[in-house]
Formats: sequence, C-alpha cells, structure tokens
Amino acid sequence: MGKPVNKPGRTFMEQSYVPEIVKGLSVTMRHFFKNTFSRRENTEIVTIAYPEEKRVYPERFRGVHRLTHRNDGSPRCVACLCCSTACPAQCIHIEAAEYQPGDERYGYERYPKVFVIDELRCIFCGYCVEACPCDAIRMDTGVHMPASTRREHFIFDKEMLMSMPGQDGTHLTENPRHEPGDADYPGLDREHKH
Amino acid sequence: MDAVAWISTVLKIVFVLIIILSFAPVLIWAERRQSAMIQDRIGPHRAGFKLFGKNITLLGLLHPLADALKFVWKEDFVPPKADKLLHSLAPIIALVPAISVFAVIPFGGYLFLDHALDVLQPGQLLSGPAISLQVANINVGILYVFAIAGTGVVGAAIAGYSSDNKYALLGGIRAAGQMVSYEVTLGLALVGCFMVYDSLILQDMVEWQRVPRIGGEHGFSLWGICVQPLAFFLFFTAAIAESKRIPFDIPEAESELAAGYFTEYSGMKFGMFFMGEFVEVITSSALLATLFLGGYDLPFLEDHGFDFFGNIIGVPHALVIGLQVLTFVVKLIILIWLQLMIRWSLPRFRYDQIMALCWKLLLPLSLLNVLVTAVGILAWDSIFGK
Repeated sequence: MGKPVNKPGRTFMEQSYVPEIVKGLSVTMRHFFKNTFSRRENTEIVTIAYPEEKRVYPERFRGVHRLTHRNDGSPRCVACLCCSTACPAQCIHIEAAEYQPGDERYGYERYPKVFVIDELRCIFCGYCVEACPCDAIRMDTGVHMPASTRREHFIFDKEMLMSMPGQDGTHLTENPRHEPGDADYPGLDREHKH
Repeated sequence: MDAVAWISTVLKIVFVLIIILSFAPVLIWAERRQSAMIQDRIGPHRAGFKLFGKNITLLGLLHPLADALKFVWKEDFVPPKADKLLHSLAPIIALVPAISVFAVIPFGGYLFLDHALDVLQPGQLLSGPAISLQVANINVGILYVFAIAGTGVVGAAIAGYSSDNKYALLGGIRAAGQMVSYEVTLGLALVGCFMVYDSLILQDMVEWQRVPRIGGEHGFSLWGICVQPLAFFLFFTAAIAESKRIPFDIPEAESELAAGYFTEYSGMKFGMFFMGEFVEVITSSALLATLFLGGYDLPFLEDHGFDFFGNIIGVPHALVIGLQVLTFVVKLIILIWLQLMIRWSLPRFRYDQIMALCWKLLLPLSLLNVLVTAVGILAWDSIFGK
C-alpha cells in the first residue's frame, strides 16, 4: 500500500489572491520600469537588433576566407593545392604558375595565378586553414558572408581574397615568413646548396 | 436644441471618438512594447518610412498602422456553411456597444461660456449657457452603461454561433457564460456606490467625490476607492473578466479553442473584434476612473483654482476645465497601463475556476458589500443626521 501524501495546504493569504497578485505584479513591474526608464546598457534586455547591432563573434569564429600577404604584398600561397585537396566541398579552385626566370623565388616556389573560392559551396569547416603549410589561407576575418541576390557576388577571386584584412586589421599573420635569400631561411637556396 | 448645444455635442462626440479610436491602435502598440519590456525584449520597433535619409519609426508606433493596412487588404473569408448575415453582423455588435458606453462618461465639469476667462470666487454660482463635458447626460447614467455593455456578449455569442465551427461555438458559449456571470458581480459591486453617491448620474458621482469631506471647507475630498474599497476590487476584477483577456481569456483560450469565438474571422472583421477588446479595456478603465478614482477630479483643484488648505491660486475657469480633462485622460492611461500589467503578469484561470471565482467568491462578497454599506449608511444617518 502506498502512503497517501497530503497536498501542501494553502494559507488564507494565498487563497485570497490579492497578496500573491501584488507579488507577481511587483516582479513584472520591476522589469518594466528597469527596461523602460534606464539607459540601454543598464537594462536587462537581451535582444540584439541584428543589422544595426551585431553580436561580437568569438576570436576563433570561422568567417570568410582571406589570403595572407608577405611583407612585399604578394600572396604567401605557394599553390601547393593542399587546401583544395583537403576541401570536402571542393569549392577551391587553384591554377598554379611558375615565377619568371631571374626571380628570387624561381625554381623554389610557385604562385597561384588563379585562386577562386566559391563561398556558396563552402561549408566553413576550416579544413583548408588546417591543411595550409604556409599559413597562407585563413578564416579569421570575423566577417560572415554578406547576403546577396547575385551568385557572382559569392565567387571570391584572388584579388578579393587578398583584399580582406584579418580581425587585427592587417593582411599579415603572426608567423614570420622566411624568404629564400634571407639569413634566417632554414632551407636551401642558391648560395647554400647540397 | 440651440446652436451652441448642437455644435458642442458634435465636438464632444468627435473628442470621444478621437480618444477611443486613437487609443485603440496605440494600445496595440503599448501592449506589444510593454510586454516586451516585461519580458526583457525590445518589441516592435522596425516598421517605418524613409524621410530625408532617416528612418522614421516613432518607437514602433507605425506597426498598428501597418497591421490595419494588412487587415484591410486581407481576404475576408466566410466559411461556406456560415450564416452570412450574422457572421457579418457579429463584429459590429461586438464593437459598437463598447464604444457607445463612452457616451455617458464625463471627462470634465460644466464649462460656462460666459465665464470662460474669469477667475471664479470660492462658492460662486454660475449661470448662462453651459456645456457639460459629457456626450449625453442621461439620468439613468450607469444603468445605460450596463444595458449597453451587456449587449457586447451578444456579439461574441453570435460570432461563435454563426461561424459553423466547433471551436468558435464553444468559445461563443463560454463567452456568454462568463460575461453573464460577471455582469452580475459588475452590477452588484456598484450598488454600494449608488447608495453612497445617492445618484445614478455619473456626473453627480464625480461631483460627490470632489466635495471636501475631511478637514473642513479646504480639506480633502474622498474618492470612491476610499469609501468603497471592496467594490473597487470587485468591479476591477469583473471588468477585466468582461474584456475577455488573460487571466479571464476562456472564450479565446488559444491552447484549447484555436482562437475561440473569432476563429473563423479574418481581415477587418477580425480587426473589429480585436479593436473591440481594446475598446473594452478603455471603457472599463474610464468607468473605474469615474466611479472610484474621482473621475476628472485633480486633488486641490477646485472650481476657483488651486486651493492648498486655504492658500488659493486662482486659475481661469476654462483652464480649470482643461486641467480636469487632462486629469481624466492621465487617470485613464494609468488604469489602462495597470490592466496591461495584469494581463502580462497573471496566468490563465481554468473554466471551472473562473465560474467558481465568480459565483462562490465575488458574488457573495459583492452582496456582503451591499449589506455593509447599507448598514453603514443607516448608522451614519441615524447618528449624525443627513
């Protein structure tokens, strides 16, 4: 046999509604007055009026891609195709090209003649950033793809990608780049051969 | 009627219609913004138009306008098996009585045209053509209010009946049951007031509340809420129930009956029900202000100006009347605000709880109030004389 449990009784004050109603009203009124008559930053309003106000994205938010620059303004990308290989959405199209003979980098690196990302296809997984051996492609712009009604606006070419600054406002990265010919260049160059 | 009476009556009707018809859309905005503030949201603030490159939104006040436009352009759907005549008639029956109650509510004292710019002497009796700031000063006053307000239930019931919809029918029946029940409390709560005020005319009731009663000639007047506090609460509760809004929204009961008695209504017909609900909030607030909160009485404002315990600051007659109208509108706004606060604070009652509250609690209390008032008046008169 189960033991019958009595309902917790209600006091006369609770049964007479009015004090409880006053209690409830005091809660809603506190919110009402605080939200209506204090400055916006002191209110408890949690709504963000989106296009005018924007939520601050976290530091590691994966936004639209950018191609990072070297100190001379050329892309760090060496057209190794790691990113386009890693890309599960296959949205990166790269056409590699050789530097001209006589160029400092001729015979050591290539560069992307064409670098196109279809931002409509991109799933923003960040695998391209992980795959890049040169820290040349990044998603740290903090910008999500703006809305548009034209497909062409979503095809980002090399110039577009290189024009995007990172969240810190520069086109460079934290990682120093060692060019062939520099004293701190770790690999082989024309003076230091096998 | 002479020319002055004709013109003033037309002007008064226009004033009342402006108050009601401008308050109703503003109330829709107020309800949405107020509930947003209560619930830590922003609420509607986006509808607007571009003017000189700036976006004019007026804090979202244009949303009701957009709503009204939408109502007008929406398809006016009538169910195939509905009673076409009654279906179209119901919104009118629901809205018109709610507005016409305002006819007997005084929003200011008598304006004597010959003395409009004079500063009156204390106790001065005025003569000449006078305008009563009330659309119709009829001697059955408050009984007219009940007669007209009672018609509102017919609109809801007919809407439910004629829609050929189970939910609507249930909503209509519930509306009828609830409103008839609360009408009884509504009336009985005021019987005590009639006894105290010794009149059925609303203007007389307000004047009773303006006369100084405590502390001699320059003392305090007593508002209805001081002499009839229980009646105030009973009337307030019944008035909220009459407006069919949460916590008494059983006829609409979204969780049970789709939209209740106006389930099958769309477009402007739905808009009329929607507006009728808000107009009822306005009229019940106006009645509360008139009967219990001194109507157009501003404390310390007498016919001859401000009177702070004998220190008189003269105010011209017309300005006194203007201040009275302003006072009435402010009281109206505060009461409407309070009703909206209650609507967004309290949970809903169940149907049986609503009926139990009315018949088992409010009705006995209102009868008790009548008894106590009668005994009190009898004792007062026999001890102190009339």
